[in-house]
Amino acid sequence: MKATTEQEYPHSEQGIVPLLPKTETKPEKREMVDTKDHKYRELDKILDHYRGEKGELIRVLHSAQKIFGYLPPEVQAYVALKMDIPVSEVNGVVTFYTLFVTEPKGKHTISVCMGTACYVKGAREVMDKLKDELKLDARETSADGMFTLRSTRCLGACGMAPVMTVDEEVHGKLNAGDLTGILKIYQEQDAGEEHDQVH
Amino acid sequence: MQVKNMIKSIKDMEAVKEKYRPSIQLRLGKANKQLQTHVLVCSGTACASSASQAVREELLHQLQKHNLEERVKVIKTGCFGFCQQGPIVVVQPDNVFYCQVERKDVKMLVENHLIEGQVVEELLFQEPDTGERHQKMEEIRFFHNQQRVLLQNCGLINPEDINEYIARDGYFALAGILKQQPEEVIDQVLKSGLRGRGGGGFPTGRKWDIASRQEVTPKYVICNADEGDPGAFMDRSILEGDPHAVLEGMSIAAYAIGASQGYVYVRAEYPIAVDRLEVAIRQARKAGLLDHHILGTDFSFDIGIKLGAGAFVCGEETALLHSAMGARGEPRPRPPYPAQEGLWSKPTIINNVETLANVPLIFRKGWEWYKGQGVATSTGTKVFSLAGKINNTGLIEVPMGTSLRTIIYDIGGGIQGERRFKAVQTGGPSGGCIPEEYLDKPVDYDSLKEIGSMMGSGGLIVMDDRDCMVDIARFYIEFAQDESCGRCTPCRVGTKRLLEILQRITKGQAELEDLELMEELAYDIRDASLCGLGQTAPNPVLSTLRYFREEYLAHIRDKHCPAGVCKELLHYQVVEEKCIACGICAKACGVDAITGEKKKPPYKIDPEKCVRCGACLAKCPKEAIIKSGLRVPAAAAAVQEGVTKHARSAGIYTNA
Repeated sequence: MKATTEQEYPHSEQGIVPLLPKTETKPEKREMVDTKDHKYRELDKILDHYRGEKGELIRVLHSAQKIFGYLPPEVQAYVALKMDIPVSEVNGVVTFYTLFVTEPKGKHTISVCMGTACYVKGAREVMDKLKDELKLDARETSADGMFTLRSTRCLGACGMAPVMTVDEEVHGKLNAGDLTGILKIYQEQDAGEEHDQVH
Repeated sequence: MQVKNMIKSIKDMEAVKEKYRPSIQLRLGKANKQLQTHVLVCSGTACASSASQAVREELLHQLQKHNLEERVKVIKTGCFGFCQQGPIVVVQPDNVFYCQVERKDVKMLVENHLIEGQVVEELLFQEPDTGERHQKMEEIRFFHNQQRVLLQNCGLINPEDINEYIARDGYFALAGILKQQPEEVIDQVLKSGLRGRGGGGFPTGRKWDIASRQEVTPKYVICNADEGDPGAFMDRSILEGDPHAVLEGMSIAAYAIGASQGYVYVRAEYPIAVDRLEVAIRQARKAGLLDHHILGTDFSFDIGIKLGAGAFVCGEETALLHSAMGARGEPRPRPPYPAQEGLWSKPTIINNVETLANVPLIFRKGWEWYKGQGVATSTGTKVFSLAGKINNTGLIEVPMGTSLRTIIYDIGGGIQGERRFKAVQTGGPSGGCIPEEYLDKPVDYDSLKEIGSMMGSGGLIVMDDRDCMVDIARFYIEFAQDESCGRCTPCRVGTKRLLEILQRITKGQAELEDLELMEELAYDIRDASLCGLGQTAPNPVLSTLRYFREEYLAHIRDKHCPAGVCKELLHYQVVEEKCIACGICAKACGVDAITGEKKKPPYKIDPEKCVRCGACLAKCPKEAIIKSGLRVPAAAAAVQEGVTKHARSAGIYTNA
C-alpha cells in the first residue's frame, strides 16, 4: 500500500501541475527559470513540428533528451500532456529503451563497447580499469559530475576493438594502460575551460 | 551537392551519367589522359574513428598551400572494407592504396606523390607474413577472394552525391521496372533466389508476393536497419557508403507491392548512417527520384526515417513495427505476418538493408546472372564483417558458399600472433560457435544451420585458444537476458536462470547435474519463446555444449578454465626462484593478500584473500608472479619455467 502511494506521488505532484509559471517568476530565481523556460520553448517547437503525425513519440523523446540532457518525470509528463497520450505510455517507452535516461548525465559520457569483438579483445579489462580509475560502477556518474560511465552495444567499429567513446569521440585499439591518459585529456581540457572563464 | 534539374526520363538520367562518367572512370583508374587526380579518403565509422577527418582536413590544407586545388580533388567515400588498416587513402587514377595514413603523413603524401609523382612506399600495405608491399588494392591478399558487387560503390563514389550514384548506373533499375507490371517485378525477384539477409533467409520475392496480394491500402515498405548483432557492421557500411542503393531497392519494392510510403528504421547508435540517409533522401526528392510522379510516371513513393533508441529486440520485425509506431518495441505472435498486417495494421514488407541493396543489382544485371552467383539454395553474394582475433578485420563480400577457411585464412590473413584457431562465431547472439573441424563447410543458409549455427546478419567473430567457450556462452546469454523485452516468460525468466547456471560454472560452483539442467532449459526456451530473440537465444549455449563439452567439464569437474579466462578459477602464485622480495607486489595488492618480509624471499599470495585483480602481476619487476588455470604446488612452481613463460604473456595454462 505504501509503495503505491510513493509511486503515485511524483505524478500528482509534478506531472499535472502547470509547468511554466511564466508570470509568477520570482526575481531572484529568474535566471534559472529562464533557462528552463527556454528549454521548454525549444521542446514546444519540436512538439509543434510533429503535431498530428502518428507514432513520433520516440523521435520527440530523442529531441527532448537532447534539450534537457535527460528525461526527468516532469518532462515526460509534459510530453504526454502535449501529445495527448497517457503519462504511463510515455514512461513505458522511456524505460524500455536504453538510450533514454532519467537521471542527469555527467559532463562527459564514457561508453565502453561491449560487442563480441571488443569483448574478446579485452573490453572487460577496459571497463574494470575505468571503474577502478573513476571509482564508479557502470551506469553511474562521478560525484564531481564529470564522467558518466556506461557500457554500450556494438558500435560497429569492430576493426578497432576494443573501442570506447567519450561523448562523440571514438577511441579504439585500447588497452587498460591508455585509459589514464585519455581521461586526463578531458580533465585538463575542462580545467582549461574553467580557467578561461575566470579570466 | 546541388541537383539542378528534375530527372523526368531515362534520357535525363543518361545525361547525368554522361556528365559524371569521366570522374568515375578516373577513379576506376581508366582515364585516358591524366587531367585530374582524385584522392579518395574513407569516411566510414571505423576510419572516421581513426581520424580520417583530420587527414582530410590536412589534405585540403596542403593542397591549398601548394596551389593544387584545381588539379587534385579530395573525395569523401564510404568504407573500403579494410578497417584494420584505416584510415585508408587511395590516389586515382594512379591506383595507389595507402593504409594507416595519419595527419603527419599527409605533407609527405602531397609533396612526394602528388607533386613529385613518387609513391610513398612506407604508407603502402605490407603483407604481414611475406613483408611484401603492394601498391594496388587488387594486389592485396585481403581482396583476392572477394567479389565486390554489392559493395562496388563503397569506397568509390561520394555517398553524398546522387549524381555519382547515377553515373554508376544507379536508379536505372528503377527506371526500367517502372515500364513493367508489378507482377513481373516480383516474379524476377522470386526467380533470382534472393533470400533475406537479416538472418532468417526467407525468400524476398515470396514476402513481396504476399503483400502485393493484400487488398487493403495503403501499404508500406520498411527497411530494417536496426543492426543490433554485436560484431556486425555490414548494414552500417552499406548505408554509409552507398545509401542510394538502399533507397532504390525500397522504391522497386514499393512499386512491386503498391506502396506509396516507406520508412528506414535505423539505430540511433549509427549517427553517420543517419546523416547520409537524410542527405540521400533529400537529394532523391529534389531529383524527382522520390516523392510524387517518379520519373514522370504515375508512381509516387516517399521515404522517411524512424530512429531506434537502443533495444536489440527491435530487429525482430513485429517488435520493429511497434517501435516504428512510437511504442515499446515488444514483439507479438505471428500470424498475421507483417506482409498481411503490419504498420498501422496495413500490409507492410520489412526487408533488411543488404537485401534491399541487392534488389537493384538483380534488375541491372538480370535475375539469370544473379541466380548464377553463389550456390543453388543461397544465391548471390554475402557481406560479412570479420572481427575478433584475426589479422585483417574488416568488411568483406564473397559469393555464397565460400568456405570458412577461405574467409578466415585467405581473406582474414589467419589468426593474430601465432595463436591457434579455436572457433568462429556466426550469427551473433542467435548463432553458434563453429569449431575447426567444420572450417571447410561452405557458408550458406542451410550449411550453417546444419552445424547448429546460422547465417545471421553476417558477423563473423574469430576466437583463439585464449577464449573460453563457456565464458562466450555466458556473454551471449547475458546479452540475451539483458535485451529480453520481458513479454514472454520462457525468455524473460528462462534466460535469467540459464545465465545463473553459466555463472555458477564460470565460478567453479556448478555440479555435473547443472549441465543436464542447462540443456533441458535451453531447449525449453527455444521451443516456448514468443519471438526470434528467445527462440534463438540458447543457440550459443547449445552449440558450445555440442562442440566444446570438454571445456564445460573442466570448469565443473576440475574447477579449471583451460583458456585462463574465468577469473574465479585462476591462481596467482609467486615463483620462488625469481622473487627478490622487493615488496612491490604486497604494496600493489589492494586486499592485503600478499605477505612476506623484505629481502627474505619468497613472498606468498593467500589464495583465500586474493581477488585475482592482477595488480601484483602487472607491477612485479622480475616477472616472478604467474597466473595459471591450475593451482600448482608451491615447490613445483619453479619447475614450471617453460609453462610460466607462456602463461605470463598470454594468461593461459598449458599442460606442457
